[in-house]
Order: sequence, then structure tokens, then C-alpha cells
Amino acid sequence: MTSLKTYVITRVLLTIPMIFILLTLVFFVMRVLPGNPVIAMVGMKASQRYIKQLEHELRLDKPLWEQYVDYLNRLLHGDLGRSMIWGRRPVINEIMDHFPATLELTVWGFIFSVLLGLATGVVAGVKEGGKMDFAMRVYSIVVYSLFIPWFGMVLQLIFGVWLHALPVGGRINPLLTPKHITGIYVLDSMLTWNLPALSSSIRHLMLPSLTLGIVLSGIYTRLVRSSLIEVLGQDFIRACKSRGLPERSILFKHGLKNALIPILTMMGLQFALLLAGAVLTETTFSWPGIGTFLMERIEYRDFTTVQGTVVFYAIFVALISLIVDLIYAYIDPRVRY
Amino acid sequence: MRSFSSVFSGIERALSGAGLDGYLVIFGSITVMAVLIMAIFANYIAPYDPVQSVGPAIHPPCTKYIMGTDSIGRDVFSRIVYGSRTILTVVVMSTGLSMVIGIPLGLISGYMGGILDRILSLIMDSIYAFPGLILAIVIAAMLGPGIYNTALSLAVVYIPTYFRMIRGEVLSLRERLFIEAARAIGAKSRRIITKYIFPNVIYLIAVIFSLNVADAILTEAGLSFLGLSVTAPTPDWGFDLKNGQRYFLSGIWWPVTFPGIMIILLALGFGFLGEGLNTIVSKRGE
Repeated sequence: MTSLKTYVITRVLLTIPMIFILLTLVFFVMRVLPGNPVIAMVGMKASQRYIKQLEHELRLDKPLWEQYVDYLNRLLHGDLGRSMIWGRRPVINEIMDHFPATLELTVWGFIFSVLLGLATGVVAGVKEGGKMDFAMRVYSIVVYSLFIPWFGMVLQLIFGVWLHALPVGGRINPLLTPKHITGIYVLDSMLTWNLPALSSSIRHLMLPSLTLGIVLSGIYTRLVRSSLIEVLGQDFIRACKSRGLPERSILFKHGLKNALIPILTMMGLQFALLLAGAVLTETTFSWPGIGTFLMERIEYRDFTTVQGTVVFYAIFVALISLIVDLIYAYIDPRVRY
Repeated sequence: MRSFSSVFSGIERALSGAGLDGYLVIFGSITVMAVLIMAIFANYIAPYDPVQSVGPAIHPPCTKYIMGTDSIGRDVFSRIVYGSRTILTVVVMSTGLSMVIGIPLGLISGYMGGILDRILSLIMDSIYAFPGLILAIVIAAMLGPGIYNTALSLAVVYIPTYFRMIRGEVLSLRERLFIEAARAIGAKSRRIITKYIFPNVIYLIAVIFSLNVADAILTEAGLSFLGLSVTAPTPDWGFDLKNGQRYFLSGIWWPVTFPGIMIILLALGFGFLGEGLNTIVSKRGE
């Protein structure tokens, strides 16, 4: 157990420089690049005094290193600053208003992509080099190349316009919005036994999460395939065969179970892809998540909110990869060095 | 001078024994070549000026406008032909930049090891773990629109891809006998890296290049779809797709469908090329 403890401590300590590097990157991207963010926001015609005042508020009149220390210091205290427009709310509150929508979309997209990836990956990996293997490899490249906005729009046209089966945008029928508990509508409506809200939110979720899930499923196809091929080539599988165990039981009970463990390590990186894909999915389906929020604020040149949102993404991604690695270490004892 | 037939027999020999993966390479190369030719000879292929209104607005495809016209009467086909220039320029520039920075850093970091390697790897891994499109969005938003700015923002995103792959390969090459022999006879590090290690990673660069370009194409298209890449009236597939989105669900399918198919085809071309090459090369290795 002590080795697990050492691993956890090392891994947690490694997360700190990672977050620090990302925060530094965000800082420099937001400041060193040409252009004065204040003038970019308020325009050239704003009065000199107003520009000066905003610059002072954003600490842009201080030397760069002082800005940097100040920026890190504020983040350490959980302060992402205030929005520069519309009521000047704290950025963290604005983000938290939109985060549940993104979480709901990505979790469902994740589920679809894992299910599709598992099915296609197993079909491919059972017989390496066979016709089905090749077909599934082609599948993985084709779905990955499907440009999310285009694919989403095609699904909107088919299921929304032609078949009238599913809504093409938004999160829920606004009249049915459930009581706010977690902000995740499917969960909230289940907790309050609100069946109409549940059905409306699931129906709204279908197209965006399928779009995201199908496009990203190709990555899981490849991961499951290569991992399964490796496991099936190992001695213990040959031992199972020689003992005369049925093929099906060898494949699922011994092969797939062991093949899934290494796939876990890749989940952290997949999650980053999921978040990136979510930006395009959200804009295509007018899904009110962090992606659409970020794009809206870029358009309004809300400097602090854009910075805060990216910082949020950075910390979120680092924490997810930390959690994934810790779960992996817990499941697979070989990791705990 | 080699004749065409000898070139073809060379290709045939290279692909023999490749099986189905040979077809992937062929499909990929043909698609990529077709788009390349389209971009180079755009002024001969496009029937109309891509930025001028040349007919009635929102005209469905017909013999005169084979892919129809967009919301202000520009010829969709001509815009697609010229749009190939935009996306290829951005992707070629950005990939070139990522390679020029990522490959040498990967070579040095992997060969030298030590504290430099630790620091560089940590930085590259951190950037790699961050969602690429979101990083590109922020850089592009801060730099402002334009072809060069878009290329720069994509380049930053893909430097770690080259760094990590090259570094990993160098780590395993470093332990090989011929490198040790070179070190034993007193070759300098610089000579070992350029003369002995680099030639051995070139095939890998070709594979990463194809797969990475496929990804860069989708990211470029994503950036332009979000309105962060080029400004009107520049023809660009992702940007045109975004402009057509408003009318798409009311049945005006052509300004969206054709640019979308082109983006997918080009990404698919590079993706198949990379996948095919990768499998063939690793089969050879065995």
C-alpha cells in the first residue's frame, strides 16, 4: 500500500508544474501578442481617460513580471477576475452557469464514443489483418475526418427537418426547465421526478452527443483494437485455448478485460479531444455550454472572461488527467513503482 | 531521365505485399494530388471570380453553376477551387513551422537527456494535454484574423506532436549498437544526431506528417468555421460552411454540403495516406 501512496504523492506533485506551465502559456498568449486588449475591446474612439482606467484595472500599466506575479497570486486564491461586460459578474460564476451544459454533452458524447469504439475495436482486434479489421480501421479514419459542424448539420437536416424526430438546437424546451440542483438537466429532472423535462432534455441531447460521440469513436476503435491484439497474443491466452475454454469466454472474460486497462491511461488525453470537439458541437447546435460562451466573449472582446475560461479549461484538463492516472494506478498494481 | 512507366513500376514494387493498405495509400495520394492540382491551377479551373457576385443569389446547382451560388450570388464551385489555396497554404505553413521547431528539439532532447530533456518534455506534454482547438482559438483570437496568424496558431498546437514522437524514437535509437559504435570512435554529439539518428527518423516524420496534416486540416476548418481564420471575402471552406449554415435547414444545402465534403475528403486523403504508410512501414520492420 505504501507504494500506492508514494505514487499518488508523486503524481499529485507532477500536476502542479503542469498547471503552472499551462497558466504561464495562457498568460503570455493573452499579453505578449500584439495589440492592446483594452483598445481592442472599447475601440479607438474611447476617451483616453477611460482606456487608462481600464488598463489600470487590468493591471496592464504595470511591468510584465508584476502582472505575472499578480495573475498567479489571484489564481491561487481562486480569483478569475470579473467580466468586462454585462453586469461585470465574477468570471467563475459565469463559467459555472455554462459548465453543466458542457459536462452533460461531453459525458453523453463520451458514452456513445466508448460504446461504438468498443464494438468496432473488438470486431477489428479479434482477427488482426482480416477483412473486418481493415474495414474497422477505415471506419476509424472516416469518422475522425467527419468535420463536426458539417456532420452535425447533416444530422440536423435528416432527423430534425426531414423526419421531424428530434430538436435541432438548445438544451431543453425552456418551459420545462427543471429545478436547479446540479445544473445537469437529465440528472435534475430525474431527482425531481420531472418526466416531461427528462424526455425533453434527452431528446435535445441526442443529436449533439451522437455527433460528438460518433466522430470521436474512431479513436477508441484504434485503442481497443491495438490493445486487444496485444493481449490476445500473450501466453496466458494460449494457455486458455489449450485448456479448451470456449472462444467467447476467452475473448470477453480474459482478453477484453485485460485489454481495457491500458485504454484507461489514454482517457485523460481523450477528454481533451472531447472538450475541443464540444466547442464545435456546441456552436453547431446552439448548445449553451462553455464553448459557445467562450466564442461569444471572444466576439465581445471580454478579455478577462476569455482568459478566465481558458485558465478554467487548463486546470480542468490537468485535474482530469490526474484523476484518470490515479484510478489506473488503483486498478493496475504494476503502475505503482 | 526516368520514364513514367519506370516510376509506376517503382510504385508497384513499393506497394506489393502491402495488401489492402496499398489501396489506402493510392486513394490518399490521388485525393491529395487532386486538391493540390486544384490549388495550383485554380485560375484555370475556376469558371468565375470567387469573390464577385456572378449570378442570382442562392441558385441551386445547374449546368451554369455546377455547385450552385451562395447567398450573395457567388459561384460555390469557384470558391471551393480557390478555397483549396487558403486551407493548403495555412496547413503547409503551420506544419512546416511545427516541424522546424519540434523535430530539432525532439532530436536534441531525446539524445542529450538530463535536465534539459526533463524540462522540455514537461512543457511539451503540458501543451499536448491541452485541447488543441481551444489553444488555437485563443491564439488566433488574440492575433486577429489572417492567413499567417492562423498558421502561427496552428503551429503552436502541433509542435509537441513532432517533439514527442521524435524524442520517443531517438530514445530507442540511442541504445542501438551503431550509435554506440559512433560514440566509441569519438563522433561528436552533433554529428551523431545529424548523420546517424536523423536519417533513421525520416520515415517516421513522413508518417507523423500525414496524420498530423489530417488533423491540422480539421482544426483549420474549425477555426474558420468559428470565424477566427480569414475574413470575408476570402474563399475558405470552413468559413463558407459557416456562412451557409443559416440557410441550410431551410433546404439550401449546396453552400454547406460541398465545402464540407471537401474538408472531409482532404482530411481523409491525408489520414489514409498516413495510415497506409504506417502499416506498410511497420510490416517491413518486422
